[in-house]
Amino acid sequence: MSIDKDTAARVAKLARIKVEDDALPALAQEFNTILGFIEQLNEVDVEGVEPMTSVTPMRLKRREDVVTDGNQQEKVLANAPDAREGFFAVPKVVE
Amino acid sequence: MTDLNTLTLAEARDKLRSKDVTSVELTQACLSAIETSGSLNAFVHNTPEIALEQAKAADARLAAGDASAMCGLPLGIKDLFCTKGVPSQAASGILEGFTPEYESTVTQNLFDAGSVMLGKLNMDEFAMGSSNETSVYGNAVSPWRRGNEDTPLTPGGSSGGSASAVAADLCLAATGTDTGGSIRQPAAFTGIVGIKPTYGRCSRWGVVAFASSLDQAGPMTKTVRDAAMMLEAMCGHDPKDSTSVDLPVPNFEAMLTGDIKGKKIGIPKEYHMDGMPDEIEALWAEGREMLKAAGAEIVDISLPHTKYALPAYYVIAPAEASSNLARYDGVRFGHRASLAAGDGITEMYEKTRAEGFGHEVQRRVMVGTYVLSAGFYDAYYNRARRVRALIKKDFDDAFAAGIDAILTPATPSAAFGLGEMTDEDPVKMYLNDVFTVTVNLAGLPGISVPTGLDHQGLPLGLQLIGRPWEEGDLLNTAYALESAAGFVAKPGKWW
Repeated sequence: MSIDKDTAARVAKLARIKVEDDALPALAQEFNTILGFIEQLNEVDVEGVEPMTSVTPMRLKRREDVVTDGNQQEKVLANAPDAREGFFAVPKVVE
Repeated sequence: MTDLNTLTLAEARDKLRSKDVTSVELTQACLSAIETSGSLNAFVHNTPEIALEQAKAADARLAAGDASAMCGLPLGIKDLFCTKGVPSQAASGILEGFTPEYESTVTQNLFDAGSVMLGKLNMDEFAMGSSNETSVYGNAVSPWRRGNEDTPLTPGGSSGGSASAVAADLCLAATGTDTGGSIRQPAAFTGIVGIKPTYGRCSRWGVVAFASSLDQAGPMTKTVRDAAMMLEAMCGHDPKDSTSVDLPVPNFEAMLTGDIKGKKIGIPKEYHMDGMPDEIEALWAEGREMLKAAGAEIVDISLPHTKYALPAYYVIAPAEASSNLARYDGVRFGHRASLAAGDGITEMYEKTRAEGFGHEVQRRVMVGTYVLSAGFYDAYYNRARRVRALIKKDFDDAFAAGIDAILTPATPSAAFGLGEMTDEDPVKMYLNDVFTVTVNLAGLPGISVPTGLDHQGLPLGLQLIGRPWEEGDLLNTAYALESAAGFVAKPGKWW
């Protein structure tokens, strides 16, 4: 599997990271190096092996279905780059 | 009198109990050491006011006779831990200016025990790196040097600031976190002890997430006894982390008898890597002899899927990182890029993440995005999770056959010079974690113990891997190894 410039651009888009056009060939090359390393996994016989979901077999603990937190609007917004009137503000998303 | 900042946790505790020192005196000694340590770049946010306030409170508790073992002991905290009202940036530009409104469970546990926070410690950005060269704060520098050279060396990573600070006696001990070796590798590079406990021992709540199924916090200390003391205070069940285990926390220090007679120590043949320096092979052989002389039985074992651990890790960790780091979007906290006229929300995300994330983080997020993308999820991500199950089974089989602990080298080399790996391809840097990463994939406890120096006078460490939840037994084996090795070397002060 070889990653070209277009695939690198598509991955960058999916990851929501702006990558300038002239940086794409080098990025594609890095991906190929890393993916080449990962390809070794194809040597392993994984027939009948379940993908691991939890390294320690454990059930999630249950608790009573009650509100345990809340009413912290100021704290939630305290670190926002742009908070107005109790909301997070972002550029217009609806035309 | 010895400089108070050079004490171990246990020594300082005993002096506090016998009223030979106060927590304020210990804290001031560390703060003075930190003030002149700028060239190590270990502490990146200093909190002297908080430290002195906590130290006074600790002295009051000690006077009242109501103090636990960690009370009054000054610590450094890795920047990955959220600390209330104190910058917590994970060494990333994208969290510039972020001051949490809450405290991580691990730091809260330490503060409840009476410990003192001196400040926040340098690290690789989002804990992604093995040399502390990806930090927005710049490189952390090891206090160690090769012979008479003045080449700055890496303290390892990602907990490089923690390792440098403990080795240079800027604090009595520090917190670290370990996703693929980030406690054990820097501990080995700087001649200190570092333990990553079993996955689920320490709460991950309030620790900036890198790869959630692998991340664990742990102590980085000057001795095994200190590691036992501090780990006990850090861990415990936490309802706020659903993977936190609800098991009693033993008194780990009380388990340090040094008696390992009859213990079976496994030596995995797959850890003899091609091209491994003779010094590492010799160190490993010496470790085997030390444990044997202490009464343990040395058993050759096989962990057949070892060579697939790093490639599996470099699928699973980036995949989880790409998901965890999706939250850094310039909306709720941290950096937001300034936008051009007409830019919409997508441009805001893309520019913010391009400006805020460093190169290695961007690369890993994108690799993770790729392996999770439609059409590749099965071929990469699911296959890696299957291989992970096989890696864990290798260990399960060894333990089922009666092995108590496994002895391996901690790292494939001694510390390298800062910048020396820059031109290598990223995979070369990833090989630093070849002996440690299996332990994260299998969720096991692992500890790095300094046991020797290389030909250039740099520290080398061995790793012991234990059974799940049996940190106490593992620490005891490590204690026996530490006692036999008698490692006492310290870096000469140049900073």
